[in-house]
Amino acid sequence: MDILLRQVGYSYAVDTPFEKRALTDVSLHIPSGSYTAIIGHTGSGKSTVLQHLNALLKPTEGAVIIGDRKIEAGVKAKNLRDIRRQVGIVFQFPEQQLFDETVLKDIMFGPLNYGVPEEEASRRAHELVEQLGLPKEVLGKSPFDLSGGQMRRVAIAGVLAMDPEVLVLDEPTAGLDPRGRREIMDLFHQLHIQKGLTTVLVTHSMEDAARYADQVAIMHNGRCVVTGEPGVIFADEEQLGDYRLEPPRTVRLQRHFEARTGLKLDGISLTEEALAKNIALALAEGRDSE
Amino acid sequence: MMEKMIFGRFIPGDSLVHRLDPRAKILFVFLFIAIVFVANNAITYGLLIGFTLLVVFMSRIRLYFLVNGLKPVMILVIFTFLLHILFTREGAVLLDLGFMSIYEEGLRQGIFIAIRFLVLVFITSILTLTTSPISITDGIEVLLGPFKRLKLPVHELALMMSISLRFIPTLMDETGKILKAQMARGSDIGSGPVKERIKAVVPLLIPLFVSAFKRAEDLATAMEVRGYRGGSGRTRYRQLNWRFKDTASLLVLVALAGTLWYFRS
Repeated sequence: MDILLRQVGYSYAVDTPFEKRALTDVSLHIPSGSYTAIIGHTGSGKSTVLQHLNALLKPTEGAVIIGDRKIEAGVKAKNLRDIRRQVGIVFQFPEQQLFDETVLKDIMFGPLNYGVPEEEASRRAHELVEQLGLPKEVLGKSPFDLSGGQMRRVAIAGVLAMDPEVLVLDEPTAGLDPRGRREIMDLFHQLHIQKGLTTVLVTHSMEDAARYADQVAIMHNGRCVVTGEPGVIFADEEQLGDYRLEPPRTVRLQRHFEARTGLKLDGISLTEEALAKNIALALAEGRDSE
Repeated sequence: MMEKMIFGRFIPGDSLVHRLDPRAKILFVFLFIAIVFVANNAITYGLLIGFTLLVVFMSRIRLYFLVNGLKPVMILVIFTFLLHILFTREGAVLLDLGFMSIYEEGLRQGIFIAIRFLVLVFITSILTLTTSPISITDGIEVLLGPFKRLKLPVHELALMMSISLRFIPTLMDETGKILKAQMARGSDIGSGPVKERIKAVVPLLIPLFVSAFKRAEDLATAMEVRGYRGGSGRTRYRQLNWRFKDTASLLVLVALAGTLWYFRS
């Protein structure tokens, strides 16, 4: 599903002394089936943009077009449930939203709200628990008896169970151990490809943005300042610096390697695998020419 | 929705009202509550309105903001107003609708009670809007000081109050966050039949309680590791200063009481 933000502006608490501008003139196109990473330093407006993607916030200027629905500033929008079913959001620290007696019921909460039959919801819950690498026994347990990492996985399952077409992720792995991070990010990527999801990832991790995304958007002071392919965006260190960001570790390592050896690698390395391959190639070439 | 609420909110500023001693402001509000009941006719209620507007003006808080933020209270005001109109049966009949009639006395009472209500709400809101929660608790702690002799745990009470005030905005933010997360999962609190709505509150309240307890535990630990041992022997970083303008503000109130007394019928 295509999502288009057209000159979106947003202010919190309009008409009070606490009025605060969060977004100015944000235009962004998220094509159907793409994996878009939104990066930017703290307070740049990333999370505010994200809440526009399923009409939890309505723009105070401009318009957001989600599929065939248009949410416009100043126009009352009705029946947003449809949009919210199609666009699933995994919020930051989603384990805070768990509430039901058992993990099974909690995962089924979303689908049941959207009128999915009970057996189907339960089937999805069983399937997702397995996909997320949780033991089957947790289904009968209270979500509050689980460890932090397990609660996170259950909460993620609760969103995936709605079977959304667009998956919006707000720092989904913050606070997890490195192994768990990688597993969850890989799972999202796998689902992205398998189910042809449109994925939007809001993240502080340049490594995740570089590894998974095919489009990167940089937010800075409430504006969407740059959009482009990760290969282009992460090659421009000066521009990243302007927005108080730095390139992913693989790119930094590549630069150090080039400076040390005087060898020039092909393109830029967005993943560890690519970096290893590029280094191996460069070394082999270096040996050949001797 | 939440962000328009102004209960317990503090708007920093530098007006005369902001700079008054919190003790003076708290006494002022309590005296004012007593004085409001002196009014009993058009002139005296008029004076109360005038005085309240003057206080609002001096606090430099926009009247529009105040009125807007107190909308939930307005419903209560209108409700009491209607109750009086419908159930008082004194004086001449103003309007006869057959099944019920509106009496002169009912209208009069309704209007007066509504004014009393509004004036009280405005003045108390001005107190919380112009005084930081910390100063309010400091003021209360000092004002309750004499009760320490009666073994009242004044310091602990003040601490509990300041902690609860401090966490109102935090809990509000949290409510907003959890509300959004559940809305994204298809729970709809804002619409549907009452039964459905009540059911929809559960997914909101449980996470809120869980996080509030967790937060309380963290706070207790944080206080303990920094050696908090309660009020005895504790010195104060913020000193309260009673100045002439504080005395003056209370004198103004006494003058208002006198005037109202003079004009009441």
